[in-house]
Amino acid sequence: MSEEPLLSVRNLSLGVRRKGGPTTVIVDDISFDVAEGQRFGIVGESGSGKSMTLRAIANLLPGGVKVLSGTIKYRGDDLGTMPAKSRRRLAGPEIAMIFQEPMTALNPVMRVGEQIAESPRRHLGLSRAAAMDLAIDMMRKTGIPDPARRARAYPHELSGGLRQRIMIAMALSCSPKLLLCDEPTTALDVTVQHQVLRLLEQLCEDSGTALVFVTHDLGVVNQTCRDLAVMYAGEIVERGQVKNVFSGPRHPYTKGLLDSAPDFDKPDRKLAAIPGFPPNLADRGDGCPFQPRCPFAVEQCATSRPRLEQVLPGREAACFETARIFEGATA
Amino acid sequence: MTDVTAQPEVTAQPVVLRVANISKEYRLGQGLFGRVGGAKKSLKALDGVDLELRRGEVLALVGESGSGKSTLAKILVGAVNQTGGEIQESGLAQGADRKQRSRHVQMVFQDPYSSLNPRINVGSMLAGLLRLHRLVPRGEVRAESIRLLNRVGLQEDVLHAYPSQFSGGQRQRLAIARALAVRPQVLVADEPVSALDVSIQATILELFRSLQDELGLSILFIAHNLAVVQHLSQRVAVMYLGRIVEVADTAEIFSNPRHPYTRALIDSIPRMSADSFTDPFEITGEPPSPVDLPSGCRFHPRCPIATERCRTEDPVLSLVGPGHTSACLLAEELPPYGGVPALKEEE
Repeated sequence: MSEEPLLSVRNLSLGVRRKGGPTTVIVDDISFDVAEGQRFGIVGESGSGKSMTLRAIANLLPGGVKVLSGTIKYRGDDLGTMPAKSRRRLAGPEIAMIFQEPMTALNPVMRVGEQIAESPRRHLGLSRAAAMDLAIDMMRKTGIPDPARRARAYPHELSGGLRQRIMIAMALSCSPKLLLCDEPTTALDVTVQHQVLRLLEQLCEDSGTALVFVTHDLGVVNQTCRDLAVMYAGEIVERGQVKNVFSGPRHPYTKGLLDSAPDFDKPDRKLAAIPGFPPNLADRGDGCPFQPRCPFAVEQCATSRPRLEQVLPGREAACFETARIFEGATA
Repeated sequence: MTDVTAQPEVTAQPVVLRVANISKEYRLGQGLFGRVGGAKKSLKALDGVDLELRRGEVLALVGESGSGKSTLAKILVGAVNQTGGEIQESGLAQGADRKQRSRHVQMVFQDPYSSLNPRINVGSMLAGLLRLHRLVPRGEVRAESIRLLNRVGLQEDVLHAYPSQFSGGQRQRLAIARALAVRPQVLVADEPVSALDVSIQATILELFRSLQDELGLSILFIAHNLAVVQHLSQRVAVMYLGRIVEVADTAEIFSNPRHPYTRALIDSIPRMSADSFTDPFEITGEPPSPVDLPSGCRFHPRCPIATERCRTEDPVLSLVGPGHTSACLLAEELPPYGGVPALKEEE
């Protein structure tokens, strides 16, 4: 890549340190870049480390979770060593985040219009009245009917879909260059999810905003992102363009995930669950973390861990047997 | 399209559960402030629901939050009393008591973390039920418990374990074993897989399918994920704001929906292997409050094809095809449906 990427995550590891106990690694040595305007999805199941990765970028790691190693750079500046003040200055006009649960992420005792206007007042130096006009305009853009009246509402007076639109309006109020989304539609009904995803897509398109989109829903990632990384047990196990990964997975976990999810367009396909359970992260062996559940595992998989390597132009997988998996997928 | 013959034939099967004109109203403003304030309003969670569940079928009940699907489930298992209408269960006399009814209809809940008592181990949970209902002689309680566990894919060694020692998928298996203990005819499953990870979902869906095939259980499967519904059920009933708006066989409803709300639901599915419809049938806004129901058809404020007539006339569920009913005045005029888009060949 010749140009500096917008976001560059290098060899990031996160861990939980218990008092007097060993450190449990929950995100293990992951790297990825996000270019300006790129829509990048991170897919994985609970405990795969996808949300923690996102929180590390936003500097919102919960207490007890620490960055063990690696760097997160935004336009070349290391977010980890940056003074807190400069970092705060980025939050809003440069990097914004949308959370899964709009009820807990909004301030319950503040009118939603004021919550949206807060960031433009601080970062863009707008007057109270001008910021409120912008807030109402953002609400209109997110499809909230009667925005001037709704701006005076408190979060509890609004439905889930409206609250999520408020969150989107808030996140986009300062036209950020990078939008971090943590399962933004999981709590919504399917027709409302459809509306919100379309809205996000359209607003990002209009302003050239890059997306990092964390989800467990394969359909949602297919609708919103061009590129994706699949995470398992804190590692990225496969990466590439969504349509290529979905049509020919190169990692057995990706293949397992695709085979186990019901696909509306293939109603007669038999579902195949992945046997076994995700590994205990506190007790990592030397081998591939997916090896105990993997139908393709060979001897080598139990003793050494495969690295994420290029298997095709634009495709990476962390598997020794990637060629066999590809044959299995197309057979 | 879908091969209908692949689905188990259930059309001719007798009805095991019939819901007739069930309604559920919650009076609002009965609290302290309501009594002072005066004006009485009511929330119609269910407004005249008719539904039949046939022997050995999986009937999916779909709809958005607030449509009343969980309220209906609670009424079926007797956790909530209806305001009006009646439930007829085959093989059960009118006025049967709660205990008798509970042996007939059992429920599996959405959240396996809150629906199991954390202080009771698996063995005691099952043994308690078996003894209460005197299902097997005392000496066989343990053997029957093990049989139940094996039925849901668990082993004997979990008898002494507590719910906290199990993963979400295993807990859901325990919840199913508990429901099966009384040998019910009907299982009501309220979003039983939506709290589980994708890779675990498939195993639980497979379990439901085997219960249907091997025990001939009738299952009312409440879900919002239409891909799951399409995979598991033989018939689908769509609910909107306390009413059933469309019922048909699974293959029929997905290939030929006759209600605009069903159309919109289908077009909202995030597709995995095909792009979205190029011209999706989109609806705007969100379901209105069940306290202030719209006049006429309750879907008309969001309906893209609504006419003047829809604003005043309340459509009833009527036959639009074999085994296919829809509550839409314009059911025949719904624009032609492209069906599930043809799969794009992989490049």
